[in-house]
Amino acid sequence: MAGTGKAHLRDGDKVLSIEDLVVEFKVSRNKTVKAVSGISFDVLRGETLGIVGESGCGKSTTGRAIMQIPPPTSGSIVFEGNELTELSHTKVREARTQVQMIFQDPVSSLNPRRSVRDSVLEPLEIWSRGTKEERSRLVDEILESVGIDPDRAAESKPHQFSGGQCQRISVARALVLDPTLIICDEPVSALDVSVQAQVLNLLEDLKKKFGLTLVFIAHDLAVVKNISDRVAVMYLGKLCEIASSDDLYARPAHPYTNVLLDSIPEPDPEADHSVGKIIGEPPSPVAPPSGCRFHPRCAYATDICSQEEPQLRSMGDDHFVACHHPVETPVALS
Amino acid sequence: MSNTAETPLLELDGLRTHFRTERGLVRAVDGVTLSLRRGESLGVVGESGSGKTVLSRSIMGLLPSSSVNHGSVRFAGREILGLSAKQMRHLWGAEMSMVFQNPLNSLNPLMKIGKQITEPLRLHLAMSKANANETAVQLLRDVRIPEAEQRLNQYPHELSGGMRQRVMIAIALACGPTLLFADEPTTALDVTVQAQILDLIGEQRRERNMSVILVTHDLGVVAGHTDQIAVMYGGKLVEYAPTKTLFANMMMPYTKSLMRSIPKLVDPSHSRLATIPGRPPDLVNPPPGCNFAPRCLYAQPRCHVEEPPLVQADDPSHKYACWYPVGTPEFEKRDAELQATGYKPDDVMAVS
Amino acid sequence: MSTATDDTVNTIGTDDETIQANAEGAAAKRTLGVGFWIAAVWIGIVFFAAAFAPWLPFKDPDANYIQPGERPPYPPSMSHPFGTDQDARDILARTAFGGRVSLTVGLVAIAMGMFFGGLMGILAGYFRGWWDRIFSFIFIILLSFPSLVLAILITSLLERSLRTISLTLGILTIAPVGRVARATTISFTEREFVLAARTLGAKNGRIIIRELLPNVVIPMSALALLGMGVAVVAEAGLAFLGLSVEKGPTWGKVILTGAGSRDLQKYPWIALIPIIVLFFTVLALNFAGDRIRSYFDAKETAL
Repeated sequence: MAGTGKAHLRDGDKVLSIEDLVVEFKVSRNKTVKAVSGISFDVLRGETLGIVGESGCGKSTTGRAIMQIPPPTSGSIVFEGNELTELSHTKVREARTQVQMIFQDPVSSLNPRRSVRDSVLEPLEIWSRGTKEERSRLVDEILESVGIDPDRAAESKPHQFSGGQCQRISVARALVLDPTLIICDEPVSALDVSVQAQVLNLLEDLKKKFGLTLVFIAHDLAVVKNISDRVAVMYLGKLCEIASSDDLYARPAHPYTNVLLDSIPEPDPEADHSVGKIIGEPPSPVAPPSGCRFHPRCAYATDICSQEEPQLRSMGDDHFVACHHPVETPVALS
Repeated sequence: MSNTAETPLLELDGLRTHFRTERGLVRAVDGVTLSLRRGESLGVVGESGSGKTVLSRSIMGLLPSSSVNHGSVRFAGREILGLSAKQMRHLWGAEMSMVFQNPLNSLNPLMKIGKQITEPLRLHLAMSKANANETAVQLLRDVRIPEAEQRLNQYPHELSGGMRQRVMIAIALACGPTLLFADEPTTALDVTVQAQILDLIGEQRRERNMSVILVTHDLGVVAGHTDQIAVMYGGKLVEYAPTKTLFANMMMPYTKSLMRSIPKLVDPSHSRLATIPGRPPDLVNPPPGCNFAPRCLYAQPRCHVEEPPLVQADDPSHKYACWYPVGTPEFEKRDAELQATGYKPDDVMAVS
Repeated sequence: MSTATDDTVNTIGTDDETIQANAEGAAAKRTLGVGFWIAAVWIGIVFFAAAFAPWLPFKDPDANYIQPGERPPYPPSMSHPFGTDQDARDILARTAFGGRVSLTVGLVAIAMGMFFGGLMGILAGYFRGWWDRIFSFIFIILLSFPSLVLAILITSLLERSLRTISLTLGILTIAPVGRVARATTISFTEREFVLAARTLGAKNGRIIIRELLPNVVIPMSALALLGMGVAVVAEAGLAFLGLSVEKGPTWGKVILTGAGSRDLQKYPWIALIPIIVLFFTVLALNFAGDRIRSYFDAKETAL
């Protein structure tokens, strides 16, 4: 897998450009674990990049590193032409107004003691934007555009709303500062299926309306495919494959991507529900395997896979994979 | 395989479970009738508040004394609704057992794995310590846990989420129950691990000729791992059919809408998802008529007044509760209207 | 009124917990309850009597109301509803005036506890690292310090006044309240709304005051009410050792007057009545504190 593969980086109007991102955490006195081990990617204006992977792959950490919470151990994060890692604390705070985040737990994302409308008003107050009337109007407008009644919002606290509504309120709060980029960290994972659809549709609509760029982090591949233009697959802190959504699902090249797709339970009894060719348990990020990190569980692994880390190579059509033996004739989805 | 016994292993007839609260009577499960044969697997599908979890707990008798039960639950021909905890204890573990959603919460963090498995063996089957340990090792092998002997002496936190779930399954299978409840067994797991666990449950079911009731919100999960499916909404059984029949021919608009709101891999990216506006019903004061009517995009006037009974479709094993199901002229007309508007039924201001 | 269900999936809490807890518990705990209000009324009466004692029609607590022809102590009667002690001092008046000292001690104790303990606890819980190490260490020292020794030390080195007694008990309240503040802060800081505030650009100070404080104050207050009860009882204990305030009555001193074994047998009202007042006051404080905690707890779990 690519630790230092940049073949997939593009030219163009880039809102975000990440290079060689490394995020380390201290686990105990002497041990550190690298949640993210050197990934690079970029996001063009108006694009939705989906980042997908299972637990321990580092996708959430990546999202938070972009927000500098916590700041990454090394690597470069260029947002709208500014190198975030070199900015002073104050400048980083200012940059935050342009990059917002939506979290997984809808209810815990809101202060339980405050009315929901106040929570949405908060960012405007922090940055003293506009007059009191202007702020009030803006908040009401945005609440309406996410489908929440502003009057009800003014008198109700988060626990009086459902999970889906709380999530929409969080979206409203993220929009109020008119950001360029919104990072969505598993925003629908905690919601019921029918509510999930509401929030996904809402994000698509708002993206068009406000001209947003999104980074959508999730473990549910079908959800990610639905909302993303481009999808990156991560495994154990590394990037395995990156391609346009339709292409990734039609022609998955990396064995891990293939296994991932095979494992998804499709709501179709006629589909083949037997397990794809994956072996064993995900290893711990503390002691990752040598060479290609996926090799111990890969059905196609050979010697080189345990010795040399594969770099991202082009498969054509803006489709890149980090593998010594990409699936040449990938399984096309029925 | 599903015809090994003549009497079904489990029969529910008009099961109602209500909770008495200060706000009133919560009708968590409001009239469920179904049956399950030995070796068969049933999927109970529903969202939050549908009553699916309360249903499985009701059958097992795991609810607190403030719950009121009506109707009938017959297990292997014997009426078990209303039995005391003392009487049920003989069944728990030995005849019917449950695998829960979050293995971290369901395993005792302070007890070694081995002990947690051997406990039911020694309790229900009166096995000796040596015998129980041997059986435990075999069980761990059955659930595909590597290095089974070493695991006996480990604690839950030393294992990964997937392995813990397998241990839970081993514990549940220990005394050879005839009925296994799996309550959202894979929701907290990664998708690759999920697939392995579901396969494992299926394998054990076939080997032991055991019935399985799989409770989940995920239509994908039930599609591949169940023989029949019961769809629940607001405490009621709204559709009930063999799996293949259900997916081929969904009758109830709720089921259909649910299906349409799930993003599927075969769809191109940026496909518009159908949504179901609103929220699940208030179980204390359910709406008049059909529970789903306030949220149903296909509801007709009658739906808001009269509650539809459970009726048979063309296929007698397929039951549903709807006045104007898929296929009726009213449904088709409304569906065409919706499709024409690009399926934007979430007039979001109308969402309560 | 939130419905008994909502549309969040099991990954947050188990479905049956949501249904059952919401249906039963949350609904039941939505009010503070009759007991709370009874406790509040009692506390109110006691505070009122103590605060306004000099202006209320109580007798002089230090005067001796000797009745000719009979030796004190006098049992409860119309002119002395609580009776008098061996020096013919009116117990009702002494209890009321004594409350001024005891309750002041209690209030100062919790004020100090909440202010200093809260401050240290919140800083320790929010910033962790060195703040946490230092403040937790301070807490441990304060907790290990034998309260009695501290009291004796202070009262022998300084005067036995209201100020020093209050300070002593105040210092002893800092650690328990501080630890609760720290633990609560840690648990709230991990919740996503604090992270959200940071991503919105809020500075630390703002986060602490606007996000954490309103949430932490509640369990702190609940504990503080309990702490007040402890302080009041502690003062009584100090009085028994002769270490309480020198001038004027306190509940401890009033009880002490009647605590001799002979006095208890022959003139039980001297000790028993103030004991009952003390007991009910502490009970009311404890009960109210507990009800507040569970009221706000329940509201949160009704998600």
